[in-house]
Order: sequence, then C-alpha cells, then structure tokens
Amino acid sequence: MIHSLFLLDAAGDVFLEKHWKSPLSRSLCDYYLEAKSSAFSQSGRDAAGKGDQGTTTGGGADTQAVGAAQRLVPPVLATPHHFLVSAERGRVALVAAVREEVSPLFVIEFLHRVADTFQDYFGEVSDTVLKDQVVLVYELLEEMLDNGFPLATESNILHELIRPPTVLRSVVNAVTGSTNVGETLPSGQLSNVPWRRAGVRYSNNEAYFDVIEEIEAIIDTTGSAVAAEIQGVIDACVKLSGMPDLTLSFLNPRLLDDVSFHPCVRYKRWDAERVLSFVPPDGTFRLLSYHVGSQNLVAIPISVRHSLTWGTPGGAQGKLELGLAPRHTLGKVLEAVSMTMPMPQQVSTASLTPSQGTASLDPVSKVLTWEVGKINPQKPPSLRGSISLSPGSLPPDGNPTLSLAFRVPQLAISGLKVTRLDLYGEKYKPFKGVKYVSKAGRFHVRI
Amino acid sequence: MTDSKYFTTTKKGEIFELKAELNSEKKEKKKEAVKKVIASMTVGKDVSALFPDVVNCMQTDNLELKKLVYLYLMNYAKSQPDMAIMAVNTFVKDCEDSNPLIRALAVRTMGCIRVARIAEYACEPLRRCLRDEDPYVRKTAAVCVAKLHDLSPSLVLEQGFLDSLKELLSDSNPMVVSNAVAALCEIAESCESDSEPLLELTPALVNKLLTALNECNEWGQIFLLDCLANYNPADAREAQSVCERVSPRLAHANPAVVLSAVKVLLGFANRLEDQETLETLLKKLAPPLVTLLASEPELQYVALRNINLIVQRRPSILRQEMRVFFVRYNDPIYVKLEKLDIMVRLASPANISQVLAELREYAAEVDVDFVRKAVCAIGRCAIKVEQCAERCISLLLDLMQSKVSYVLQEAVVVIKDIFRKYPSKYESILSVLCDSLESLDEPESRASMLWIIGENAERVENATEILTAFLEGFHDEMPQVQLQLLSAIVKLFLKKPAETQTLVQQVLSLATQDSDNPDLRDRGYIYWRLLSTDPAAARDVVLAEKPIISEECDMLERSLLDSLISQISTLSSIYHKPPHAFLEGVRAPGVTAAAARGEIGGIGSDTPQLSTPAEPPVAAPPASLLGDLLNLDVCPTPASTTIVQPLGMLNLMGTDLLGGGPNLLPAPQPIPVPSGALADLFDLGGGAIPAITSPKMVWLTALKGKGLEVKGTFSRRQGSPCMELSLSNHAMAPLAGFALQLNHNSFGLAPTCPLSLSAPLLPGQCQEVNLPLATGGMVMQTEPLTALQVAIKNNIDVFYFGCTIPLHVLFIEDAKMDPISFNAAWTELSAETEVHYQLQISLPDGAASKLATGGVFLSSKQQEGGAVGVPGMEVLRVCSHLISGVWILAEIRGQPGIPPVMMVVRTHVPKLAPLAFHSYETLLCSY
Repeated sequence: MIHSLFLLDAAGDVFLEKHWKSPLSRSLCDYYLEAKSSAFSQSGRDAAGKGDQGTTTGGGADTQAVGAAQRLVPPVLATPHHFLVSAERGRVALVAAVREEVSPLFVIEFLHRVADTFQDYFGEVSDTVLKDQVVLVYELLEEMLDNGFPLATESNILHELIRPPTVLRSVVNAVTGSTNVGETLPSGQLSNVPWRRAGVRYSNNEAYFDVIEEIEAIIDTTGSAVAAEIQGVIDACVKLSGMPDLTLSFLNPRLLDDVSFHPCVRYKRWDAERVLSFVPPDGTFRLLSYHVGSQNLVAIPISVRHSLTWGTPGGAQGKLELGLAPRHTLGKVLEAVSMTMPMPQQVSTASLTPSQGTASLDPVSKVLTWEVGKINPQKPPSLRGSISLSPGSLPPDGNPTLSLAFRVPQLAISGLKVTRLDLYGEKYKPFKGVKYVSKAGRFHVRI
Repeated sequence: MTDSKYFTTTKKGEIFELKAELNSEKKEKKKEAVKKVIASMTVGKDVSALFPDVVNCMQTDNLELKKLVYLYLMNYAKSQPDMAIMAVNTFVKDCEDSNPLIRALAVRTMGCIRVARIAEYACEPLRRCLRDEDPYVRKTAAVCVAKLHDLSPSLVLEQGFLDSLKELLSDSNPMVVSNAVAALCEIAESCESDSEPLLELTPALVNKLLTALNECNEWGQIFLLDCLANYNPADAREAQSVCERVSPRLAHANPAVVLSAVKVLLGFANRLEDQETLETLLKKLAPPLVTLLASEPELQYVALRNINLIVQRRPSILRQEMRVFFVRYNDPIYVKLEKLDIMVRLASPANISQVLAELREYAAEVDVDFVRKAVCAIGRCAIKVEQCAERCISLLLDLMQSKVSYVLQEAVVVIKDIFRKYPSKYESILSVLCDSLESLDEPESRASMLWIIGENAERVENATEILTAFLEGFHDEMPQVQLQLLSAIVKLFLKKPAETQTLVQQVLSLATQDSDNPDLRDRGYIYWRLLSTDPAAARDVVLAEKPIISEECDMLERSLLDSLISQISTLSSIYHKPPHAFLEGVRAPGVTAAAARGEIGGIGSDTPQLSTPAEPPVAAPPASLLGDLLNLDVCPTPASTTIVQPLGMLNLMGTDLLGGGPNLLPAPQPIPVPSGALADLFDLGGGAIPAITSPKMVWLTALKGKGLEVKGTFSRRQGSPCMELSLSNHAMAPLAGFALQLNHNSFGLAPTCPLSLSAPLLPGQCQEVNLPLATGGMVMQTEPLTALQVAIKNNIDVFYFGCTIPLHVLFIEDAKMDPISFNAAWTELSAETEVHYQLQISLPDGAASKLATGGVFLSSKQQEGGAVGVPGMEVLRVCSHLISGVWILAEIRGQPGIPPVMMVVRTHVPKLAPLAFHSYETLLCSY
C-alpha cells in the first residue's frame, strides 16, 4: 500500500513529506522530477520541431511546452526499488511511493481525495496555503491513512476529527484554549451510513439538485459528428435535518444505463425500480455521474461554418472565416461561448474582425481565442479576416483543430428529466429544486 | 493565524529556544512549541535532539497536543530507541482509556514506532485491542498486526496474532472485516511461500466477505474485491452467484472499486458454463470501462492499459465502443498511443472505414511519434482485416505522396509487413515504392525496401541496377541494411542467375572478407557454401515459403495474458508483465514455463512491434538452426580468448525455464541440411577430443571477493592443462586490472600467459577466461599433491583461494607403452608400492576409450578364463605419464554388467596412487 507521500511545489521542491512506514529519502522524488523535465524537453523539442520549418519564435515553444509538460509525466513511474504514483492539482504535485503490488487507480484516486480534502479545508490547493497550514495538513494525512490503508476520507468524518480552520475558531481557541481536534469518536465512522453525521439541524430544510451535462464531441470537416457522447452528473446540495431518506424519480430513467453512484444510493432499488433512493450526506456532494454514449441521443447544439486558406509564406495572405449558429437548442440560449484554436507556429499575424465579442491571436503561443458571449439566434456571430505566415517558412501541413466552450442553461441535452423528489423518515416539508445545464466538455471541431 | 510563523528562525540557537518553550509551564505555549517542532520536522529538519522534551509533553489530556507528540514519536523513535521506551507506559495506559478514539490512537501509533523492543511491549495492549468492544479500535488493531509483522514476523507468529486476525474475518462489523483482509493480504505478500496459505478462501468465508462488501466503505471494498479475485469457485453455479453479488460494484463512483470488480468478474467469467449468462455478464462490463475514460488523464492511462488487456482477451466487450477511443488532439501522448493500439485491436470489417478515416486524420498531426504510430497502425489494420488491405495500401500510398520524410519511412516499413501477409498480391505498387527509394534514409526503411526488392526480384525490372547502386555504398550502411542487401542479392541471383553472377560474388566477398560484423560474415559464409555446393538446395532454403504473419504477432501470449487478466487493476496490468518480473521480493507463483517465456520476449518493449518481424536469415526452421549455431561454442576455443556473456541471461535460462519444464528448451536437433554442406560448416572446430572436464565450482564467493565471484575448473586443451575461469561481477562498480598467480606447487605449474580480460568487467557481467598452464615454475610439495593456491588481483584487492587440480588433466597424451615394457615396468615397481582399490560399479563398455580421453592408455587387454580366473572377467593394463615425468601403472579387472571393478595401482610416488585412482574413477564413470 502507500509507503510515503511527498508534496512538491511548482519548482520541484519537496515541502512536505509523510511516511507511514520506514522513512524514505526525499531524493526519490528526483525520479519524478527527471521524468517531468524529460517530458518537458521532449515537448519542447516537438514544439521546436514544428517551428523549425518556419522561423521559430523561441519563447513560444517554451510556454506551450510548460502547459503540455504538466500532464506528460506518466502517472506511474518505476524506480529501482519503488514505484512513484503521482497526481497534480493546481501547481502542487502529490507523489506517492509504493513498494508492493497495488492498484494504481486506488493510489491515484486516493491522491485526488487528499487534494479534495485540502480544497475542502483550505479553499484552494497551493503550496503557500499548505505551507501555512503545515501542521493541520500533517494531522489530516495521519487521519486519512494508516499503514498505507485509507482510514477516513469522508469529509464529514474528517470534519469531526479535525475542525477546518476559520478565523473565528482560531480566535475562540486562543481565548478558551480549546483545540481544533475533535475529542470523541466521529459518530458516522462505523455506522452503515458513514457519509452522514447524526444530529444535523437546519431551520430551513432544503434540497437542490443540479443536472449538469457535458457534451464531448469530435466534429469532422464536413460538420458531422465523428464521436459524440454526454458525461452527465447530478450534484446535490442537501441541507436537511435528521436522517432524511430521499427518493428521486426520473421521467426517462432508461437513458441512464451507464451510471456511477455515490455510495449512499441503494443499488438494489435502482436495479429493480429505476429510482434513486438514498440517505444523503450533509452538504454538497455528487449523487451520480452518468454517461450517454449512443450517438443518436446526443444533439449537437451548435454548428460551425468554416473556411481556411493559408496563403503563401511572406506573400499572399490567407483567409479565415468562421461562423457559429445554434441548433437543436429547443429555444434555449447559448451562453458563454468561446473558441480557441492553436495555430501552427508559422503564422505570424492575423487581422480578424468578429461580428461580436473579441478575438485575438497570442503572438507567443499562437493560440487564437475568440470570446463570443451570448448567441442571438437572429444574428449568428461570425469571425473573418486574414492571416499571414512568416516569410521563409513552409506552408503548414495540416489544419488546426478548434475547441469550443459554451453553456446552455435550463437544458439537459440528453433529455433527462427529474419528475419528483420524495422525503421519508422526517416530518418537515423541504424546499426543493432541480436545475439543468448543458456545457461543452472536450468539444473539438476539425477544420 | 497561520503555521508559517513556525518556520521563522531567530539568531539564537533555535533548538535551544524550542527546548525552553517545551518545558514551559503554560499549556498553550507548550502546544505552540510542539507545533513548531512538527513544522520543522515536515520540511526535513532534524529536530531529534528535542526528543526527551517532546516526550515529556505526552502526558496530557489535551488530545491535539497528544496527537502532535505522537506524530513526533513516529518519526524519531527509531533513531532514539532508548528514549522511546520512556513513552511505552503512556501508550499502555492510553490503550485502556475509556475513550475509544484514544485507545485507537494509541494502538495505531504504537504500531508505527519501528523499534523492536517497543514491539514486545506492544503485544499485550494489542491483544486487548483486538478484542475491544468498539469496532473502531478493533479495525485499527487489525492494521497494527500488519505493521508489527513488517517489523518482526516471528513475534507476530509467536504471539498468535495471525489467528486473532483470522477471527476478525467473522467480525460483525464490515469495516473490521475489510481491514483484517487487507492486513492478512499484506502479510501474505511478504511471507515465505513454503508456509501454508495464510488466507484460505472457503465458500463460507467468501460468503462473509461478500456480505461485508455491501456495507463497508469504498477502500474496504477494494481490499475485499482484490481478495475475492483469488478465489477459485467450486462450480459454475457458485461462480455465477458471486458474479451476481459483485456486479453492483460496477456502478460505484470510485474507479478503483470499478476496476477491481471488473477483475473479479473477468476471472469468474472463465468459470461460467452457460453461454447466455456469460454474455449478459460481459455486456455489463462495457459501460463502466467506457466511463473510466471520462476521468483525469492519469486515470485514463491506467484504464487504457487495462482495457488493452481486456480487449485482447475478450474483444466482444468493447466491440461497439470504438468511438470512445478516438484520439483528441490535446490528449497527452501516452494516452494517444494507448488509444491507437486499442483502436487497431478493435478493428473489424464492420468499423474499419471509421478507423481508417481517423487514422488518416492522425497521420496529418504534428507530433512525430504519434504520426509514425498512426501510419504503422494503418499497416496493422491491413494485416488484421483482410477485406480492407487494399484500401489501407492506397491510403498508405496517398500518405507517401505527402513526401513528409518520417511518414514515408514508416509507410515502407509497414508495407513490407503487408507484403509478408499477402505475398504477390499487391505487386502493382512495386514501381511506386521504387520511385521513393531516394528519400529513404533510415536504416529500418532501407532494410525493409531491400527485403521487398529481394522478395520480388523477378518483378522489379531494374532490381539489378538498384541493388548494384546499393552495393556501391555497402560500407556506409548500417549492419541491418547490409544483412538485407546480402540476402536480397542472393535472392536476386537465384531468380536471375545469368546476369548477376558478378554482383553476387562481389557481395559475398564484401560480406565475408571486408566485414567485421560476425553476423554478416556468418550469413555470407552460409550463402557461399550453399551456393557453391548445391544451388538447387540453396534455392530450396533461401526462397522457401515464409511463415505468414498474422495479427496474433502483436498479441500477448495467451497464458501470460490470462495471468495478467487476473492482475487487472494492479501495477502488472500497466507494465503488462507478471508481478515477479519487476517487483522486488515477489516470488513467481507457480508460473508455467510458457508464461516465463512470454516474459522474456516482453522485456525489451512492452508493446510488441509488428513492424520488425524477426526474419530468419535462412529459411530453415530458425530454432534448430540457432541451436546448432550456438553449439559451435562447445569446440575448444583458442587459449586466452574471452567470451562475454550477460549474467542475467544465464540466470534466466537456468532457473526460469528449466524450473518450469525442461522439455521446453529448444532441443538440439539434427541440422536440417539438404546436402552435407552445412554440416561441414558447422563442424569447424571438430577433430580434437574433448577432455573430461568437471563442471565449474565456485572457488571464490562474491562475499569474500568483494563482489568478484570466481568459478573454475581444469581441463586439458591442446596438449597442456588449462584453467577455465568464469569471473563474474556482483559488485556495483566495474572491475579491472586483473592478474593471477599460482603459489609454488607440487608440479611446478604456472600460467603461460597473463590473465587478461578484453574489457573491464561491468557490474552484472560474466566473462570466461581460459588460462593455459605449464610446468616450469617452482616446485614445492603440497598436501595433497594436487592442491593449488591461487591469488587473483583486481583494482579492488588481492584475493586468495585454494583448489585442487584433477590428476588426469596432468597426464601427457602420448603415454603409450607396449605390453612388454609395461610388464617390465610393472615388475620393476615392486609389489610394496601396490595399492588396491575397489569400485562399486560394473566395467563400462568402451572403458579403454573412456580412459584414453583422460590420457590413460591401454597397454594390453586380456580375457580371463579357464581355470585361473573368473570367466568373463576382463583385465585392462593401463598406464599414464604425468607431466612431471612420473609413470603410473594400473591393472583394472572387471566384468561388464557385474560390479565391482578391482583396481591395482603401482607408482614410484605412493602419494599419487589415491589421486590417480580418483582420476581413473572419474574417467570410468564419465558420461
């Protein structure tokens, strides 16, 4: 299981180490840093390789490489005696050392939980915050893992064991001499609903659900979808007193054939009746995530018109024309639309005029961004203008892929609909609400 | 208020100040001080000097302070074992506290203090905690047993904690059960294999675990599922019921739970008999696997590596899901390559057009590695899906038009594979390929092109010109290109003998005379002999049908695949190797020899590459040819040559393969030669009689030799005794500067040439050295006479060791004596010197020739019979002549088939008699 954990800042310095078995040298992290720097130089080389067909702007290759290198380190690295499993969050790298055969997914998932917990306690995951709260971090890690086995990862339980820092509490502690550490065994730790603590009281009882769907798609040059799928989640914010038992029913539960549930959901009832029955954790949590894979259920809510010619290097200018239009939105509005398009390094300048929003080409990274905003179906936005290639470079050998971001409020693209929410086990009547929103996930258009 | 203030240092000794604060009366100040200490500790500062002061703070009712002190203790107890004893009392007391949180905390911390003496004190409290009324304490105690086992396995056994752990498997609380399982699994992993299995899964226990599975937390579920995966169900019905109870886990939000559940289900799927149940089960597996791909890139990578295995074993599961493996331009490269591989594995006639359209897109990307792999993937599709081969070819030709160098190179390499799969089907593209010849500048693509030309020599019009052009630059090519060029020209010659006579002679002389490359030379000689002795046979061999490659070439071997499938979700599933192949201290669990073989093949690259199929140099069955080529080494090598062998290779052959099943070793087969030509070739070193040589013994262990291990034996080579040494380096640094000396000995033996190695001995390497010996050194009688004292020197030190030289190595070859002089000598050596021996064997057939191999020669042979002796008894009179000039005469009597053999030895030097007898015995018993 997990032997040791090192936290590294962006510069690669270990700022915290915790060992659950015999201490390991922090020099072990050098393997990780080495892999990172070699991934860095590799991507740097590729970027340079791209560039050397034209006149390279050295800085551009570098900044791109930084972005790419962060994810280029393979998650599992073998060293002579240990394996390093790593995950990154913000600018902090969590590197776990293991010695025996383990499930790497288990370690990666655990690392993400650790990062989630930091997020929960400190509001952000960054080396400055973690260094500030180093003792608390250390105490948390000790609570989360014992001998490499996860001990308590539910935030409810951790909150009872170690209270999150607040300004008020630190003042109170200073005055009364009380501590941040819970003195009694958390109630939920061993019950069969470990995610919920007992004795919760609210004056306003409320339960809100957000159905969020992300469309992942690859659209080819002709405008047809090569791949399209929906990653959906239902996030809940439940503030209910006592031990409520909730039942959520859907109009069309058949849509959900590929689901992952929060442990609170009773699988048997879902299997038999296709309703979600659960005793919710207190506060916000992800009730369910689902995946709609069959292509005919995924209506692409936006269409992209495009034409692109490169022109000749140093000579004739190339032309770019883009047009966006909503479709299949059932009268809902496309909001927060933006587009990014990494241009080849050969592109030197672009003069582009958008019909709405702002467009710019980053001179260093050569990424074209267009912040469109809201789309008015009567006046579909467009972007047109010219681009020029640096003199002496070769014409680019491929067209770039553009990625789109947008959101459509009050619409679940898959058509999923919650019909009712019932509460059992408690007498009060809660406020309840369901909100739908669809967003672009990894939405790529090849042009 | 933040903790960063704890890092600020003052100029006055920091430790000194902390010490003062720790001893302060005020509780609050104490706590702040401990926090400062912990803060320093977490960043790696050494604050162990404060140990006694911190431990003094332990007796407190403030839980936070207690926790902090415990954190400190865990870190430093090991470096201050004597001081740590001071803390024991508090632990013991805390283990009886009324608050279960404190009891659990104490038992948890105690386990983390890695001091053997404390472990002994921990036993009693631990035993109590294992039976604690509170499940939270019990589950913590279960983990503590594993910690204790890590520190001192014997203590855990003595105290019977393993049995207590097994009792916890039936605990009412699921969390306790899962922790007990986790602890037992960890202990079992580090245990020796000879003990009985620690965790024996019975149907009753499995039932308990399945019940606990529903109720424990996600991490517990992982432990339980991983444990259940090892269960071997009694019958299909049981397998089915386990599957039904495990499959709800597929909908868990934690991907690690999902993957562990997939592992259990795939393992049990093999046991299902009902086809319909199996299919329903497999259908359930697809959605969760697809969902795993929607997570962070790190998780995706792990998921993809596992999916790669699953797709090879049960392609039906994900057949419909091709689209999710389409590559996105901003995927990390390791995800891209893995997706590409899976796409090819899933390719089928139904989805091939989609796949090819995608691959075409990928071939236009900017990332060179990825583009190459994409082009390679097109070729793999052609080989896998026969219907689309034509489209693949035209796609490849299209891509070649782009004139992007690396696309072109890669395309030629894969087209070669396509030619191998569909011989003489796509000849029409030959001319296009030949047009691109100029642009090929990588050795692999040049070699592939030469292979294509050689194979299709009769169809390529200007083959002769092309190959002539290549031959002009012969010396500048890489060895692989030279080899292919040689083969191609020989093929061309066999097809068009008339016009290429000079060409083939040119290439053969270049290969055999001007080349330093032994592979090239050998291949050249083989062709030359073949062509000169029997051109018809040469044609049969060189132009023989090649085994057709298929898509299976790039699949993992089945038994390895099965063992990896049972390891899904673990590290081995990422590396596609069984755990013992890359983890320290993991024993091979009854691996089949076949699996071990697969592993050898997989070591170089974990994704086998189709584009470099090992082409046999001559189309004879490669295994047997190889076996024979290797056998050449058996011939006596010239004195003082060194053969470098990687040590690891020896081990692999010796242990893994032989241990698994010796019958799997490529048996030396007779050479499949059409004429006698090859046999002649292989018999290069024949002629000399191999002297009897005993196997090498360890003379100097690596321990004594500071990493240098010397194994050795003596043999007789070319008329003089010879010391055969294997020097292997077990140290971390290279060894050099070797020299060897023999102390004065009874025969005055000394090495005739210095011990020289061709290169420094690198770590892990082994070199063989033969050192001829000669008499002429100082003579000094040793006891026994054959004892030798050896000193060996290297850059580290001088080492001494002793060994004995078998007498027969010292016998001179031409010690023949006619019966008359034998009789004279025999009588001259009076009967007093006579020594009698008895051997409990029967006289072997060909005893005389056996003795002769060791330099003991027959003088006369008689059949006893009639009245004098026993009928059928043979009497051999033999003599041998020692290097020092002493004659040894012996009379051997025995009967074929009936023991014993009697032996009478006479010699001038009585001390030699037992040694001579020993040598004779060795010779007679040899073979």
